[in-house]
Order: sequence, then structure tokens, then C-alpha cells
Amino acid sequence: MLQFAQSACNLLCRCLGITFVVWFTILFVIIIVPAVLEVSLGIHRFYIRTLCRVFEWATLQMELSAKQKNRQFSKPHTKGILAKSKPLSVQENMQELRSSAHSRRSEPQFDMGDVIYFCRKGVESIMDDEVTKSFSAQELESWNLLTRSIRRFPHRGLRLTFLWGLGVLIRYGILLPLRVLLAVTGIFLFVILSTSVGFLPNSKLRFFLGEKVHLMGYRFCVKSLTAFITYHNSENRPKNGSICVANHTTPLDVIILANDRCYSLVGQVHRGLLGMIQRAMVKSSPHIWFERAEVKDRHLVAKRLCDHAADKTKQPILIFPEGTCVNNTSVMMFKKGSFEIGCTIFPVAIKYDFRFGDAYWNSSKFGLVHHLLRIMSSWGLVCSVWYLPPMNREEGEDAVQFAKRVKAALAAQAGLADLTWDGGLKRTKVKDIFKEEQQRLYSEILLRDHQTQKQEKCFEDGTPEED
Amino acid sequence: MGSRASTLLREEEIEEIKKETGFSHSQITRLYSRFTSLDKGENGTLSREDFQRIPELAINPLGDRIINAFFPDGEDQVNFRGFMRTLAHFRPVEDNEKNKNLSNTEPLNSRTNKLHFAFQLYDLDRDDKISRDELLQVLRMMVGVNISDEQLGSIADRTIQEADTNGDGCISFTEFIKVLEKVDVEQKMSIRFLH
Repeated sequence: MLQFAQSACNLLCRCLGITFVVWFTILFVIIIVPAVLEVSLGIHRFYIRTLCRVFEWATLQMELSAKQKNRQFSKPHTKGILAKSKPLSVQENMQELRSSAHSRRSEPQFDMGDVIYFCRKGVESIMDDEVTKSFSAQELESWNLLTRSIRRFPHRGLRLTFLWGLGVLIRYGILLPLRVLLAVTGIFLFVILSTSVGFLPNSKLRFFLGEKVHLMGYRFCVKSLTAFITYHNSENRPKNGSICVANHTTPLDVIILANDRCYSLVGQVHRGLLGMIQRAMVKSSPHIWFERAEVKDRHLVAKRLCDHAADKTKQPILIFPEGTCVNNTSVMMFKKGSFEIGCTIFPVAIKYDFRFGDAYWNSSKFGLVHHLLRIMSSWGLVCSVWYLPPMNREEGEDAVQFAKRVKAALAAQAGLADLTWDGGLKRTKVKDIFKEEQQRLYSEILLRDHQTQKQEKCFEDGTPEED
Repeated sequence: MGSRASTLLREEEIEEIKKETGFSHSQITRLYSRFTSLDKGENGTLSREDFQRIPELAINPLGDRIINAFFPDGEDQVNFRGFMRTLAHFRPVEDNEKNKNLSNTEPLNSRTNKLHFAFQLYDLDRDDKISRDELLQVLRMMVGVNISDEQLGSIADRTIQEADTNGDGCISFTEFIKVLEKVDVEQKMSIRFLH
């Protein structure tokens, strides 16, 4: 009996051993070696195309099943709820409101119906507003077979539910462990190689090897996320000694961009694993890491950025002027700090295809590790990167106007909405100054009418104005 | 993924809301996902803070009064039914509805009900009368610090003088309706939806 158990155990161990070896060999040959050597096997393309077809089929299935059961299949409206009308100013709106009641009075000063304007604007913003939309995950038009979006598509049918189950198995059983393994291998290799390069004397060889090591590290990360990136207009790739600005959706934007060329990153010094990676990065390539206390000192930050940018041999600095992650449907206000420095700006637009996985990091909902796990357990990361032609500050243009111009060009290229709201609204309340502006505009209308009425009275009486 | 209890809207609920408010199926589902995106606490109700988080509403001079309209009689939370009931006031009036009214009650988006919504923005203590003080308070909210107390007082006095027909110094709902009889309330207090 014991012998039987022992031999069964041995057999099991041998089987597991063989499986492991086979698995690792496949991994090594198909993924790790190409990643190190910069070769592509075309597997990703096939994967993406297959998934696209599956999604289309899934939508068709849902529509059919809804028709069969005679239920309404409401496609989620991704373009907003309200019909957009021409935006009018406060004055124009008031005139419209009052003109319908014009015959009632000779010269309306204050109309009780004026509240209707504010009332309607208020309720419109309750039904749909730009800012809340930009800080919550994008809505899908059709289901992408992920658990997290399952709520919005209740009428799935048996076939789709089975497909979803299969998807869960594939994603959590095969893809996720594979990706985590890749990421760990990649980071491990990167830290070792980067530190070794750091021991070389300061020379061209060190610079060259440093870039190669960095690019290898980023390629590993990209493979571990199953990221399929298309770079457009590569002739506008950022050159040395400039600043590169991009829209921010997730911390992984850095990996997406750095996969193509090396950048100097700007950020706070962290502790733990991230800190170790940061230190390793600095050894082979110049990055700008700030201590927490230094971040508050704007002049210090500006000076270090300036010094780095002035050196034309140094890599371009990568900055995200929004200051926070936005959900990739719009671009929020660019902070003017990086536009004051005065060197060439290379704008880069990043647009994710969110059918394969939502890349937006909602930092108020989950932390960084959770976010990474979410991305690694979704189908993949498909995105397009557009390099825009370089821009310089023009004569008579101040930093704020320059920032607006760059933002408009970036938003137009990626097809994102161009908003003037501050990204800081994610966590803070809106400033009172905007409400005061609205109140001021309305007061002007009242006072102007009041003034006109007074003048008319004075001309009637024949007495000079008393103001 | 979190403790979402019953965040799915059942078909029966959608039908009930449809009957009560007149919104279409797709409008109700769309507004439901809007409701859940505003509900940061994920407990199926909205509080005043949830509304105040909307920047465009926070900068509206009458923002607080509008938020108040969603919370009947001192309650602190509003559920989806209450949310839809208040929003129903702003549904456009369709011509074929005027003949199709099967129930005895007036639809929520009738002219009278729309005017009542506007009336309640003024009537802070809900006693069905707009006193001089209440009018002054709302005026002050709309103009901020840009107009002096005396000027505002004279504006309020003139308004009450013109509207008050029974001489009690306050504006009742009937007098309010008379003041706004020439205003195209059906169109101005309607919000168009994208279908």
C-alpha cells in the first residue's frame, strides 16, 4: 500500500517536473528571447484580431437574444444623455427668457422667471456633466467578456456566459501567471544589468549600453502587459534636449512611451520596490527624482528641469501636465509649469482601445497594485501613440495660452474632448471664484436694466442723474 | 468586485418608473448609470455631498436650492425613484401626451408642475408663499456681492408690488403663475435628450 502511494507520488512529481520544464522552455523561446533580442513573432496581432471577432460575435448574440425574449436591448449611450444645443452666454439666455414675456412690462429689471435659467442649467449638470464623466471608467458599447463590466449587460444568454467562464479560466489561469512571471523576470534582469552598467566609467559605451538596457526592460514590461502599441508619425519622435508632454491615463503611460525611445522621468522618490527600481534606473541614465519636501518648492523643480533641458545631449524629459490620471475620453487643464521653461515641446497623444481592458487608474477606488493586477487580468492593452510636430512658445504668448494651444492640438489628434476644468477637481472642491463670476455676470444684466430704467425716468422728469 | 448589493435595475422597476415619470426605457437605464456614477458611497442613495461634487452645479448660484429640491422634507438621502421623480419635471412636453393622459393625476412635467418647481426655489420654508425675505435671500444668492442691500431691497419691493394682487405682501402660487403666464415655461424648463 505504502509502495503504491510512493510510486504514485513519484509519478506525479515527475509529471509536474516535465510540465514545468516544457512550460518554461516555451516561455523562454517564445517570449523571453524575442523580448531581449527585439524580435517579433506576430503572436500579438493574431491574438488581437481573434478577440475583436469574438467581441463582435458576442454583441450580435446579445441583440439576438434580446429580440427573442422581446426585451428592449438598450445600448449604453456613450455619447452622453443630453442633446447639445448651441452654448449661449448668460446675457443671451436671459434675453431669450424675457423676450417671451416682453409685452408684460416696459423695461424688465428683475423677472421672477430668471431662476428658470439657473434651474435648467443646474438640472442639466445633474443629468450629465463633463468632469464626473472624465473621472469614472469609460462605458462600453458592447460587452468585452470581462467580469468587471458584467453588470451593465444583464441579458447574456447561456452561450455568452459559457464563453465568459472560459475567458475567466484563460485570463486568471494562463495569462495572469504568465504575465506576472514575465514582469518579475524583466524587473530582475533590468535591476542587475542596469547596476552593472553603472559600474562602467562615464563614456559613450556606458550611455549606449544604458539605453539598450532600459529599452530591454521596457520591452519586458510591455510583453508582460500584452500591450499592442501602434506608433504614428515617428518622424516627430522627441529629440534630445526637449520636453515631451502627454495625456495621462495610467502610470503605465511611461512604459508605453519609453518602449520606443528613452526618456528622462520626473517624479518623487519612493521607498520599497519602486525605490529600488528608481535607484537602478538612475545608475545608467539620468532621471530627475525629487525628495518629497523638494516637490513643494516650485522654483527648485523648475531650475532642475531647466538645467536638464538646457543640456542638448540629455534625453527628453517626460512630463504629464494634467497632474493626475484622467479616463482617456478627455484632456483636462495643462498645468503651466512645464510650459514656462522655454524649450521645445513635443506633444504626444495616447489613446487606449478600452475594449481589451480599461487602462484608467481610478486612484480613489483602488491602489496601484490592484490596478496592475486588473490590467494583467484583462485581455490586454491596445493603444495608439501619435507623435505631434514640435511646438514652441510664440511671441506675445504667455505660458497659459501656450499650454492651451498644445492641449488643443493633442486633443484634436487623439479625438478626445478638450476640457478647461482642472484635473485637481478629482480630489478637491471647485474654487468659489467661478461661482462669483456667474453671480457677477447676472448682476451686470440687472444693473444694466436698472441703469436704463433710471435714465428713462430722469429724462421724463427732466432732472439730472443723481448717481 | 466590491459589495454591490442589487445594483441592477429590474424590469418591473423600470416599468413602474416609466408609468410614473414618462421617461423611455433607454432614458431610464441611462439615468440609472448616471445615478450610480454619482453615488460614491455605493449604497443606492445620493446625499447632498454627492450633488455638490458636480463642479458645474457647485458654481451655479442657485446650486444649493436646486439640490434641496431633490430632498423632500428634511430627508438626507434620495433614492433612484425620488431622483427620477424630480428630474421628470424637466421632461419635454410632447403634443400627443396631452390627449393620452389616462390617469387622473397631472403628469409630472405639466406646466403647473414645472412652475411649482420654480416656485419652490423661492419658497424656502415651504409655506406656499414667497415672502419679501425669501425673495431677498434668493436674489442675494443670484447676484453675490455685486449689488448693494438698498438696491436689492428696492428690486424686491418693486417685484412684490407688481405681482401681489391680494395685497398680503407675499406672492402666492396663483400670483406666481399669473406673473409668468407669458413665459414659455414648457420649452424653457425642458431638457432635450439624445435618443
